[in-house]
Amino acid sequence: MAELPVTKKSVLYCGVCTLPPEYCEFAASRKKCEEWLKDAHPAEYARLYNDQAITQKLAMTTLSEDRVAKEAAKMEKAMSKEEARMARELEKKMSSKVVIKRVERNKRKCVTSVFGLDVFGVDLKKTAKTFANHFACGGSVSKNPQGLDEIVVQGDFSDEILELICKNHPEVPRDNIELTEEKKPKKVAA
Amino acid sequence: MFKKFNLQETMSGQNSVKSSVVRGIRSKLLDQFPGLEPCMDDILPKKANLIQIKCKDHITLYAVDGEVMFFQHFNDPITPTLRLLHQYPEILPQVKVDRGAIKFVLSGANIMCPGLTSPGAHLPEENIPEGAIVAVMAEGKEHALAIGLTKMSTDDIKSINKGNGIDLIQYLSDPLWKTRID
Repeated sequence: MAELPVTKKSVLYCGVCTLPPEYCEFAASRKKCEEWLKDAHPAEYARLYNDQAITQKLAMTTLSEDRVAKEAAKMEKAMSKEEARMARELEKKMSSKVVIKRVERNKRKCVTSVFGLDVFGVDLKKTAKTFANHFACGGSVSKNPQGLDEIVVQGDFSDEILELICKNHPEVPRDNIELTEEKKPKKVAA
Repeated sequence: MFKKFNLQETMSGQNSVKSSVVRGIRSKLLDQFPGLEPCMDDILPKKANLIQIKCKDHITLYAVDGEVMFFQHFNDPITPTLRLLHQYPEILPQVKVDRGAIKFVLSGANIMCPGLTSPGAHLPEENIPEGAIVAVMAEGKEHALAIGLTKMSTDDIKSINKGNGIDLIQYLSDPLWKTRID
């Protein structure tokens, strides 16, 4: 072991399932991985997927034929399940709303809370920091009464935040962003 | 070990390590993995900013430049992560499992002896003792599939050929594999 030349190897990882491409066939996103590799690394693709026949034979030697068929069927099922899951997730994403709320603290002061960004895979902490930097004010991530994370920015920046989100996070569809206002209920005179 | 792992939830603190401590870690690593010697400066440069991330259950991760390089459980030996192993495959002794086992290992199963002794698998000639950290390779594949801890010596695996041979520590696509530090 020690006499082997120890050099750094650069390893290619699949852009879809993050494994080395040779393991893609075991991932549930097999088809997508294959397409990705074809686009991104044609040479590697030719090497891995042209040997298909060879690898198949390898499988045959260790497993009997009807077991192979069974495994394939299982794989197929897992794949369709995975696809359904992805579709569901996408739908959830599309239907979920980002709510920008202006909350009044007292007469002239208010905070702006942004809720629902995490669904789109946005890092809340970082975004809160960028908001705070951008508007030169306090910005933090805090739990709302429902126990879910939201970004709270001190000051009224609803419109600016809307624009900033659209600019920085194009993955959030603009139609899903909602602006609302919440006023403190007036104190009932005792 | 990392079958269920969520860095955000389990992390209890991270700090960069003093250079004297880095020296200690370096020498410990060299003791454990003599194969590391020539590439030590690449992996862990003397001036590197090593970040120690403490997690629950006595797990400590060591990261350089935002890549988790090593991890350690309590006072167990420091173990390289799979990503590092892919870059320097020679640092750990290698065992090979047959093709049928890949699927199960990828979902986090421990490796049973028959998967290490069947025709497609391979065990090195010289004996690997019990409790050693090994790289688990796979039949027909170039890169390591997992990192494991031998539960019995490879001689025993060959002769007994039953039961749990290697405990899995880290495997491809487990939560630690997906963990990114920024």
